[in-house]
Amino acid sequence: MAKYVIKRLLIAVLILFGISILIYFLIRLMPVNYIVDKVTTQMSNNGGISEEELQRLLALYGLDDDSFLGILKGYWGWLTGFLKGDMGTSFQYNIKVETIIKDRMGISFGISFVSLIIEMLIAIPLGIKCACNQYGKVDYTVTVLCMIGMAFPSFFLGNMLIKWFAVDLGWFETGGLVSSGLPHDASAFARFGDMAWHLVLPIFVMVILDIGSLMRYTRTNTLEVLNADYIRTARAKGLSEGKVVYKHVFRNTLIPLITVLSSTLPMLFGGAMITETVFDIPGIGQTAYNALKIGDVPLAMGYNMFIAVLTVLGTLLADLMYVVVDPRVKLGK
Amino acid sequence: MEENKEILQNAVPEAEDVAPVSGANNNFNDNLHGENLTERAKVLSPGMTVLKRFFRSKLSVIGLVALIALFAFSFLGPVFSKWSGNGGSVKDYEHINLIGTYIPITYVGEDGTVYEAYDVTLDGNLLPYNSLGGITADHWMGTDYDGNDVFTRLMYGGRVSLTIGFVVVLLETLLGVLLGGLAGYFGKWVDQLIMRIVDILSCIPSLPIMLILGAVFDSLGIVTISKLYYMMLVLTLLGWTGVAKLVRGQILSLREQEFMLAAKCSGLSTGKKIFKHLLPNVIPQLIVFMTLGLGSVILMEATLGYLGIGAPIGTATWGNMIQLASQSRYRNYYPNLWLGAGICITLAILAFNFVGDGLRDAFDPKMKR
Repeated sequence: MAKYVIKRLLIAVLILFGISILIYFLIRLMPVNYIVDKVTTQMSNNGGISEEELQRLLALYGLDDDSFLGILKGYWGWLTGFLKGDMGTSFQYNIKVETIIKDRMGISFGISFVSLIIEMLIAIPLGIKCACNQYGKVDYTVTVLCMIGMAFPSFFLGNMLIKWFAVDLGWFETGGLVSSGLPHDASAFARFGDMAWHLVLPIFVMVILDIGSLMRYTRTNTLEVLNADYIRTARAKGLSEGKVVYKHVFRNTLIPLITVLSSTLPMLFGGAMITETVFDIPGIGQTAYNALKIGDVPLAMGYNMFIAVLTVLGTLLADLMYVVVDPRVKLGK
Repeated sequence: MEENKEILQNAVPEAEDVAPVSGANNNFNDNLHGENLTERAKVLSPGMTVLKRFFRSKLSVIGLVALIALFAFSFLGPVFSKWSGNGGSVKDYEHINLIGTYIPITYVGEDGTVYEAYDVTLDGNLLPYNSLGGITADHWMGTDYDGNDVFTRLMYGGRVSLTIGFVVVLLETLLGVLLGGLAGYFGKWVDQLIMRIVDILSCIPSLPIMLILGAVFDSLGIVTISKLYYMMLVLTLLGWTGVAKLVRGQILSLREQEFMLAAKCSGLSTGKKIFKHLLPNVIPQLIVFMTLGLGSVILMEATLGYLGIGAPIGTATWGNMIQLASQSRYRNYYPNLWLGAGICITLAILAFNFVGDGLRDAFDPKMKR
């Protein structure tokens, strides 16, 4: 086991190295003037760092040289910094990238976590129910509804909901996290309530979009479990159908689900870029979206590496969890 | 009953093969009390069986019909539209619509009469065409800012959005089959190398890459429709890994089977072994993969369009049309401009998913119902 994990981690390092090279060189295809231009426009809007400061940072990260050698040097600088745990300073905010990621991760994690819990609470029982009545009326309806939910583009659903529920009906806010009418001396509870109210629509969108795949996955797994020999044995012993489903089927269905949940790691912490942009939530997704669009190299690199590390860890965790939960599975070499 | 028929269908072709060679078949018929086996069951080729299973599922038929409808809408629709010409939609110069803010004011004239009037602030110039016109009998979905009929633009948009998927998916599959096939067949260092590349590419989040590329193309001044093509090319270069994994996995298990030993014994060349004996076994999975992939490319195009980094502004694609939803003015007051595009995108993705699922079930030999 230890050997397997070490091998996987070594491969992970290789993968991360490859990803960092690829993304860095892609970003650096942008000419420096363009980056300076965009960042300055952004600065005049929000007031970020000063012109001299920007030039200093550009020189510091080796971004003032567009030749191949210059890019290579810039990459080396970034890599050595990254290995020392320093991801650089964002051009837009003049704050350390680590700090930005840490600060903005909270809200993204909150949204993703709540929607994941809601999804699980709905999708797993529903999936098992559908599998138990395969090709029944409930099964058909739920499957079709799930597929419709999966087919919606997040921005379309999000904007439709904003248009109807926020603009026309006025039930919710169109975006952001804090109402403009909230008094300064509002209690923490009122603040939290206000924020939760803003997050109803985004969470709803995320649940609708992701619930389908979880439901279908549960359904397929349950069908497989239902056909297993030990379920026939359980029935042959004369157990009631309820006991068969809730004691024997349900637990075995959870095995593959745990691995699926492990691989949601990047989604959980990395934020939903488009949903956050649509609802104007200052989470990590929206921050990264702005950084990527204007070529804020340190922040863009930092975000991409953050996602890549999470993805690699998520896959590794999924494989390890599988062994932990299911004693029948043995790791390959 | 159904199951019985299926078994018979499978048995029949073999019986037919035997028939001309010897009289064995006749004896067989005697056992069936003079009844001919071929008369009792219709002979169905494997392909026909798949088709029959496919059409048995209601959802796949609905998906197929929806797809045909969408394609007909996009490719035949403009022929019947009043507002199309020169391969694109034409502006409506017949009606002029003044857009701007109308503020009611009252003012008192010199003679003491009170006039009710509007203070009109126009958005920029006076537009000589029907800009942001409402829904009329002429314009089923109104007109956009440039005076184009939204319904006609939707048709032209579908041409780009629907066809671009085919190119991407086809290239993706070719690349994936080639590299996955090589990895699976040769193993060892070839496999190691290709699979590590697959690992790297599949860990890269595709949307951030697309955003970076959008900015890169902007900075390099590439603003024509070719920008969308380049982006799709990159999408292809990132997207082949799924196919490669699938093909490699299949080939790893297939190459150990007896028919491959037979192929080896008959001294076939490597190319023939891969392309004639191994790959045909993967085709069902590939077709399913491609169908489902088409939906995701449409989604990607729409996403790029929504974020404003896809096809150049002004080109009619569904993604560009739904981009208006990101501007609160259009989102709040002109849903007719983007709702149609969103519905088309959702419908297309849904239809491809229905068909893909139907095909998967139809190809699966374990599915007997």
